[in-house]
Amino acid sequence: MKTEYKFDHKHILGIAQLSYDDIEYILHTAESFKEISSRSIKKVPTLRGKTIINLFFEPSTRTRLSFEIAAKRMSADTFNISASTSSAVKGETLVDTAKNLQAMNPDVIIIRHSSSGAPTLLTDHIYTSIINAGDGTHEHPSQGLLDLMTVKEKKGKIEGLKVSIIGDIGHSRVAHSNIIGFSKMGAHVSVSGPATFMPVGIDKLGAKVCDSMQEAISDADVVMPLRIQKERQKDPLIPSFREYASHFGITENMFELAKPDAMVMHPGPINRGVELTPEIADGARSVILDQVANGVAVRMALLYLVIGNS
Amino acid sequence: MAATQGILLKNGRIIDPANGIDMAADVLIENGKIVSVTEPGKLSGNANAQQIDVAGCWVVPGLIDMHVHLREPGEEYKETILSGTRAASAGGFTAVACMPNTDPVNDCSVVTRMILEKSHGAYARVYPVGTISKSGKGEALAEIGDMKSAGIVAISDDGRPVSDSQLMRRALEYSGNFDLPVICHSEDMYLSRTGVMNEGALSTKLGLKGIPSAAEEIMVYRDIKLAEYTGRPVHIAHASTRESINLIRSAKEKGSPVTAETAPHYFSLTEKAVEGYNTNAKMNPPLRTEEDVASIKEALADGTLDVIATDHAPHSTLEKEVEFDVAANGIIGLETAVPLTLNLVREGVFDEAKMVELLSVNPAKILKVDGGSISEGSIADITVINPEKEFQYTIDKVVSKSKNSPFLGRQLKGMAVLTIVGGDITFSSL
Ligand SMILES: [Zn+2]
Repeated sequence: MKTEYKFDHKHILGIAQLSYDDIEYILHTAESFKEISSRSIKKVPTLRGKTIINLFFEPSTRTRLSFEIAAKRMSADTFNISASTSSAVKGETLVDTAKNLQAMNPDVIIIRHSSSGAPTLLTDHIYTSIINAGDGTHEHPSQGLLDLMTVKEKKGKIEGLKVSIIGDIGHSRVAHSNIIGFSKMGAHVSVSGPATFMPVGIDKLGAKVCDSMQEAISDADVVMPLRIQKERQKDPLIPSFREYASHFGITENMFELAKPDAMVMHPGPINRGVELTPEIADGARSVILDQVANGVAVRMALLYLVIGNS
Repeated sequence: MAATQGILLKNGRIIDPANGIDMAADVLIENGKIVSVTEPGKLSGNANAQQIDVAGCWVVPGLIDMHVHLREPGEEYKETILSGTRAASAGGFTAVACMPNTDPVNDCSVVTRMILEKSHGAYARVYPVGTISKSGKGEALAEIGDMKSAGIVAISDDGRPVSDSQLMRRALEYSGNFDLPVICHSEDMYLSRTGVMNEGALSTKLGLKGIPSAAEEIMVYRDIKLAEYTGRPVHIAHASTRESINLIRSAKEKGSPVTAETAPHYFSLTEKAVEGYNTNAKMNPPLRTEEDVASIKEALADGTLDVIATDHAPHSTLEKEVEFDVAANGIIGLETAVPLTLNLVREGVFDEAKMVELLSVNPAKILKVDGGSISEGSIADITVINPEKEFQYTIDKVVSKSKNSPFLGRQLKGMAVLTIVGGDITFSSL
């Protein structure tokens, strides 16, 4: 890393805004924080006196908990607001909510919202640091970063690896962040799945679109099936989950096409038996729980870095 | 607007393509009519006439915006007939055609009359457009004949397009009895569905649902085919894609009864304006690509497109300072149309006479309303444009009640400096 490098982001809106050096630096910081979580007393005073608000407009257990644990392990005070966008329709706008929160002077607002660009809207109206915990089908940068961290940790590198992302690319902010992030770090990203799940122009984000699952998975170092979002099936995108499982699910047979030391990742929660068989999800080459553990470390790093810049 | 003693516009450049005129001349206006157009300095005439020196300016037939949303009745917090026509006048327009998607919609003579009553004392002529269907629901024909008697100049289901092709066919046939043009907002609502911007790599990058250009083109094709089949003219509103242009061009080559318009934003901006989730770049049809912009410019130059209309669509911060996917579609446009169109004249896309055709002559022809020329004896609707005057378009300068413009902050060149409607000055910055 160049000596003159300085991390200068006040907000984390997406991996698209982060440079190669930024990502390296975040992963490096996260690696150094990871050890804290393995101590018997899992707490450091780094963010004592800092206030962090989790503003979640979509239900989420793991991401919210992961951010909360990350903040508490660094001694920050955390507050959770579970809002629903339907209550926002009744009265307060998102901008008003944010301005009210800002008036209480928090250091970071972590936001999850069903509308792409909602975190960006906040940065236009308030000066508090914003971390995007997932917006619509745009990005989920902390998930992308924890996936990069996990691959780097397990494979020792990211550059040159073949990463196959399978499934509902169009509706997946995780896929978007990962395609951008892995491409930026020098991996080759292939995507496959039902063509109805492939958004127009996804190749421009850095992904190679494969019509054939076999082509996408052959010789892959990392295979990442995405969650089929059952609640998002209003458009007629696939005929049935049964058909999806048999043609696009990651089964033992399919996984054999990947490299012998390939690993399987999943952003969770898993629809077992649909996008991934239980045998593979729980198998020796699954790193799904490592992802969860690294999530805490990456989020500690992000909180530490943005607070350092605000 | 008090009756004047007459107005003498001196030393301007008269650009009047309907009469094949482009020359320096003085124009004398009396009793709401153009009395004479004569060589500079030769007019003595009425000694009481207010003499206005417009040297360096263009004197053109009053600009007519055939696609405007005035929001009254129903959404007066966004715009009213008075505030909207004031914005029109400040932008150089002497007349506007107002779309019927108000609340209630203009689907019957009562609403048409109410709009026309409110237009007395407004800053521009107001030509109401009625709906095609009852309540604008796309199910049954509205009382088109009654609305015509009350004063509508066209019918359109703008904003809520007619999906039922049979109904569209019947509307074309029936409107023939009343000699009313049908203005089509051509959009396949099943294909555009919940899209909020042009579909492509950028919509994917931003995570915003896309509207494929085919959603427009499929219905442009349908509307052209129905015009050909019924022999009744259609006017395609806000054409925005290259393929729409190609369809319109080939229909015109065959002699089909088709006219079409575009809006200044479709030749001034691309989808890139959406980046950063700018809700003032959200409209329907959505902003498209460089390629589409190039096609639109070409089509304006070669006559494939007949009209530049603004699709002035005022929205307050309530509808615009929100998440992109829930923000309302549309931008205000009356006050920026002249400088944005002048950009194309300066780029050499078309000449001054063509600009006047696009903004005055052709809309008058299509709507069959007065204006579009500076002939002796015709109504004195005149716009004076200073093509060199520069200004920064800032929020405090916006005359419209709503401020939703993607051009805010821009340095613009060329503007209307004097607007005259029926011999009355409705706007002057001279
Ligand atoms: Zn429209």
